[in-house]
Amino acid sequence: MARYIVKRVLLAIVSIFVICVITFFAMNAIPGGPFNSEKALSEATKAALEARYNLDKPVPVQFVLYMKNLLHGDFGISTKTGREISTTLINCFKVSARLGLTAAVCAIISGVILGAIAALFRNRLPDRIIVFFTTLFTAMPSFVFATFLLLVFCIQLKLLPVFDASSRSYVLPVIALMAYPMAYVTRLTKTSMLDALNQDYIRTARAKGVATIWVIFKHALRNALIPVITYVGPMLAYILTGSLVVENIFTIGGLGQQFVKGIQNRDYPMIMATTIFLAIVMVICNLLSDIMYKVVDPRITLD
Amino acid sequence: MENVRKNPLSMQIDPALFEPATEDEKRQQEVMSESVTFFRDGMRKLMKNPLAVGSIIVLVLIIVTILVAPLIVPYGYADILKVNGKRDRTNKNLSAFEYSEMEQKYIDEGGKVFPHIMGTDSLGRDYFIRVVYGARVSLTVGLFASILVLIIGVIYGSIAGYSGGRADLIMMRIVDIIYSLPDMLIIILLSVVLKERLGSSQNFLIKTLGANMISIFIVFGLLYWVSMARLVRGQILTIKNNEYILAAKAIGAKPAHIIRKHIIPNCISVIIITTALQIPSAIFTESFLSFVGMGVEAPMPSLGSLANAAREGLQSYPSQLVYPAVLIVLIVLAFNLLGDGLRDAFDPKLRR
Repeated sequence: MARYIVKRVLLAIVSIFVICVITFFAMNAIPGGPFNSEKALSEATKAALEARYNLDKPVPVQFVLYMKNLLHGDFGISTKTGREISTTLINCFKVSARLGLTAAVCAIISGVILGAIAALFRNRLPDRIIVFFTTLFTAMPSFVFATFLLLVFCIQLKLLPVFDASSRSYVLPVIALMAYPMAYVTRLTKTSMLDALNQDYIRTARAKGVATIWVIFKHALRNALIPVITYVGPMLAYILTGSLVVENIFTIGGLGQQFVKGIQNRDYPMIMATTIFLAIVMVICNLLSDIMYKVVDPRITLD
Repeated sequence: MENVRKNPLSMQIDPALFEPATEDEKRQQEVMSESVTFFRDGMRKLMKNPLAVGSIIVLVLIIVTILVAPLIVPYGYADILKVNGKRDRTNKNLSAFEYSEMEQKYIDEGGKVFPHIMGTDSLGRDYFIRVVYGARVSLTVGLFASILVLIIGVIYGSIAGYSGGRADLIMMRIVDIIYSLPDMLIIILLSVVLKERLGSSQNFLIKTLGANMISIFIVFGLLYWVSMARLVRGQILTIKNNEYILAAKAIGAKPAHIIRKHIIPNCISVIIITTALQIPSAIFTESFLSFVGMGVEAPMPSLGSLANAAREGLQSYPSQLVYPAVLIVLIVLAFNLLGDGLRDAFDPKLRR
C-alpha cells in the first residue's frame, strides 16, 4: 500500500514537471516576444521591459528561474495588466472551485440516485427514461447544453438572471457542467448495482429477512459505489475543462474566463500560469481519487 | 396388423419402425446450421440491434447529404449571396426558406433563386451549405484523428506487448505519464503555439487545411493514442498466454503465422470498436476548440465554430444555434450508439 502511494505520488510529480516543461518550451516556441504585437516600442523601452520579465536571459536560465519562482508560488506578472498572476489566480480559483465543487457534488448525488433507480427498475419505464436521458447527455458537448440553457431559461422564459453573483445564477452553470458527469455516474452506478444485486451476499441478506430497503442501501449500494470513486478524478478534470467554456457563456469571472481571455490577449505568462495551475489541480485530483479507490477496496490492483 | 390388439408386455417388434426413412424425414434430422464466419455472425447480431441500425441509417443519411448537397446547392460556404450578380444588402439573417426583398423581386421578374433551406447568416451567406461544410469538417477531423490514433496506438501497443521485459516497462511508464496529463489543456496550449508557428507558413498542406486543423491532428497524434496503446498491449499480453498459441508454437508454427492467424483476428474487433468510439470524442474535441475560437480558420465553418458564431445573435436568431448544435448531438449520438452496438455484437466480453 505504502509502495503504491509512493509510486503514484512520484508519477504525479513527474507529470507535473512534464507539464511545466511542455508549457514553458511551447510558449517559448511562439515566434516573437510578447511585446512585438504592441505599438512600436523604442529599443530602450523594449530592453527594459525584457529585463523586467527576465526575457533577456538565455532560455534554459529563464526556465530555471521560472521553475524556482513556481516553487515559491510566484507565477510571474501578467503582460496585459501588469498585476501579479498568483493573486488573480487565487481569486478566480475561488469562484471556479465553488462552481466546480457544487457541480461535482450534485453530479455524484443525482447520478448515484438515478443509477440505483435504473438498476432497481431494470427494463421498466423509469429505467428506460433514465437511459434515454443519460445517452442524450453523453452526446451533448457542455457548450451546446450551456447555450441551450441560456437560450431557454434566460432569454426565452426569463426565469433566471444572466450571471450576477447571487446564488440563484449558479443554477444554470451548475446544471450545464454536471450533465455529462451525472450521466456517466448514472451508468457506472447502474452497471455495478446490477452486478451487486446478483451477488450471493444479497441473497443471504434477503434470506435472513433483512428489509428490502436496508438490503439496497447497506449491501448493494455500498458496494456499487466503489467504481464511482475512480471516476471522481476524471470527473473533476472534465468539470474544470468544461468550465473553460461554461464560464465564458455565462460570463462568470473564474479561471476558465481568465484562460480564454489570456489566449485572446496573447498574455503568455497568464496562459502558462493558468495551464500549469489547472494541470496541477487535475493531477492532484486524479492522485487522490486513485489512492482513495485503493483504500476503499484493497482487492483492486490498478496495473 | 393394425387390428390386432397389442399386448403391452409383448416383445413382438413393430416392423414399421424398421422401414427406411424418406428423403423428407432425413432432411429433418440434419441439425447442422449453416456455418457462419465470425464477421457474419457479428453483423447479424448488429442488424438485430434497432439502435445500431438506426444510427447507421442516420449516419448514412448525414454522409450522403454532405456529399451530395454541395453539388445541388449553387452556393459556396464562403460566398456572400448575390442576386443576378449584384450585391444584395437585404439578405442577412433570413429564416428558413425565406427570400430577401431583392430575391423576391428577382423571382417576380421570372428569375430563379435556390431556396435557403436554413436561411442565411449575419453576413448573408447561405446557412445550409455552411452547416453541410461544417459537418464535413467535423466528420473529417473525427475520422482522420481516429485513424491516426489507431495507427500510432496499435504500433506502440503491439511493440510493447510483444517485446515485454524492460522495453515494455519503460514504454508503459511513458504512457502512464502522457495519460496523466490533462489532455484538453495541452491541446489548447499546443494549438495556441502551433497556430502562431504555422500560421505564416506557406506550405501547401497547411494552407489548404489551416494551421489549427493541423495542430488538432498533431495533438491527437501526440496525446490520444495512449489509451489505444494500453488496450492493444493488454490484449496482446492476454492472447499471447493462451493455450492455442502454445499449441501453435508446439506444432512449429512460425511467429508470422501466429500473429496473422491467431493474434490479429482475436484483437481486431476490440481495436475496431475502440476506433469507432474514438470518432465522437475527436468530434467533441474539435467542436470544443472551434467554440473557444481555436478550431478551423475563419471562412471555413465547423459545427463548433458555427455554434460559437450563433451566440452573438442568440436572442434574435436562435435557429442559427439550433441547426449545428442538433447536428453535433446527432452525429455524436449515432457514433456512440453504433460503437455500443458493435461492441455488443463483436465482443461481448467488453460489455461494461
